[in-house]
Amino acid sequence: MSTEPDSAEGIDWRSETSNVEMSRRDRLNELYEQKIRVPALVAWSDGRTRVGILILSVYLFMALVDVLGLWRDASTNQAEVALLQPFENMQYPLGTTRSGVDLLALIIDSTPFILLMVLAGGVWATALAVAVGTVSGYKGGTVDAVITAISDFFMAIPGLPLVIVLAIALSPENPIMLGVVLTINYWAGLGRSIRSQVLSIREASYVEASRTMGTSTPRIIVKDVLPNLMPYVMVNFVLAARYTIFASVGLYFIGVLPHSGQNWGVTLNNAYNQGGLFSTQALHWLLVPIVAIVGLAFGLILLSQGMDRIFNPRVRTRLTGESESIAEEEDATTTEMI
Amino acid sequence: MNYYLKRTLQIPATIFAVATLTFGLIRLLPGGPFTQLRLELLRQGIPAEQVDARIEALQNIRPDAPLWQQYIDYMIGVVQLDFGQSISLNEPVIDVLARALPWTVFLVVTSTVLMFVIGVAIGALQAYWEGSRFDRITSGGSIFLMAVPYYIFAVIFLFVLGYNWLFPTGNAVARGVDASLSLAYVSSVLHHAALPILAFTLGGIGSTALNMRGNGIQVLGAEYVEVARLRGLSNGRIATRYVAKNAILPMYTGLLLLIGFRLGGTVVLEEIFSYPGLGYYMIKAVHANDYPLMMGCFLVITMTLVVGVYIADLTYGLIDPRISAGGSDEY
Repeated sequence: MSTEPDSAEGIDWRSETSNVEMSRRDRLNELYEQKIRVPALVAWSDGRTRVGILILSVYLFMALVDVLGLWRDASTNQAEVALLQPFENMQYPLGTTRSGVDLLALIIDSTPFILLMVLAGGVWATALAVAVGTVSGYKGGTVDAVITAISDFFMAIPGLPLVIVLAIALSPENPIMLGVVLTINYWAGLGRSIRSQVLSIREASYVEASRTMGTSTPRIIVKDVLPNLMPYVMVNFVLAARYTIFASVGLYFIGVLPHSGQNWGVTLNNAYNQGGLFSTQALHWLLVPIVAIVGLAFGLILLSQGMDRIFNPRVRTRLTGESESIAEEEDATTTEMI
Repeated sequence: MNYYLKRTLQIPATIFAVATLTFGLIRLLPGGPFTQLRLELLRQGIPAEQVDARIEALQNIRPDAPLWQQYIDYMIGVVQLDFGQSISLNEPVIDVLARALPWTVFLVVTSTVLMFVIGVAIGALQAYWEGSRFDRITSGGSIFLMAVPYYIFAVIFLFVLGYNWLFPTGNAVARGVDASLSLAYVSSVLHHAALPILAFTLGGIGSTALNMRGNGIQVLGAEYVEVARLRGLSNGRIATRYVAKNAILPMYTGLLLLIGFRLGGTVVLEEIFSYPGLGYYMIKAVHANDYPLMMGCFLVITMTLVVGVYIADLTYGLIDPRISAGGSDEY
């Protein structure tokens, strides 16, 4: 991180001798190289990330199919045969429900909704937790005491029951709002654990050096503390996203959240209540949404397991070939979080 | 201030704050629960003054009193454990809650302990045999377990074991078995709780094991473990005193959080197994528009969580002396 201003100056200095536009392109190239191509290569080299990305792109593809309207929308009695088994008729690859709805259409229809909700929940929970955790952990003293007291209060409220009460008061049907409501107090616990990480980072020698040099607190937090937290934050973003999926589907399943259309949880609920458990005839109706849920969660977790490598500076620099600066850190073992 | 004293004072403060929150949710939200109830009663042709009287009887607050008066009445009610009358079950809310609470606590405590013990054992073995075939298979299994929500296990268990008459699909004990420490009663309770506990435990093993594996690998590579080996300490001593203790400690803090998530999770679990705990009654109340019972359940689940975390926190202080040091320098 400390080398960035130097290299920027270098480009400025060179730009006097060459075309200004060329240098901008150079800089963009460098940015692309450092921030996109190399991390992508590192990520791809890990088997877990590769499978994770492949799984997630299937979901993105399904969302795209729905947005572009490439597959028919789900509606009742669109198939003549109710409870068609999967792969029996290629017109309806995943079979149909008791009321003759194409199951594949059902799953595709709700993909954009679920993805938006998961993204909103994950971003809200982690962003707030990072802000709260870093400030509280780094500042210490009164600020820390106040923030800790507030998050202790939110931690003391059990998530799902709170969401149930809020769902009745607010009836969130918008996916983004639903994602935020579901993780309404998730940030508190996460902020607490980020705080304890920051507590140990702030004692590190390079942070102390920045402080002695009179660097401002926001700058230290952004430049010195945050980069060290990135792997942890990424992993927890995925865990928050997983929690959002599990909570939403669970609450749809027991019929607490309001819904206007169908989605994986509602489909699961319908299948369960209309005999999906009693006969093998209807079993696929129950299994298809289950596979959709588990697949998304599995893809996310695999991605986070491999993600550790992109954000781990040691592994990253080794790939670019700048090895001299990392020699002294060689003995540390890779940490695997979750 | 003394850490334990401070921590103990936090309990009433938190419960007070949460009770205020429930009061606010009941009263202040536009189109809140009681507006709906009032409309419903009026629609049934009940005169307005009678409606007010009924709402007053259902919840321990007078709808026409000023807000601060309502708030004080509500708080006094909460302190006296008076949560009003349940609309759907037609009995005091506190009676329902007293009946339901032990079952929820039983489920959560048993499955959390099981999950922790099994997860830590698997994770420790994975860390010890890092890279072995056992490690690879169980790591993959753990990741997969993390991707499956517990209620899916619950549904599958119901399908495979419940409806084949091997296990009951509802209630906490069989009908006609008296509550006593007899063999018949205990075995009936265990029989009814087996599937919910199994589903809830299985859902948490994956992340516990992976967590323990990560910590274990880190500790195994630490210098003090090497030093202990060079000193010629026995393997058993190194495994328990050095590796296990230092690997489990960070997870123990996470356990506090976990109790919170798991206590919230029983809502879905109990609903699927029709297990008569707090979550079951909460959903029942939601579907019946029974707001006094719903808020009572919410408040009691929160109180249980506060007390549970308190107990876990105190035991944490016993294991790790650093916790009571507290107080950090300000920058």
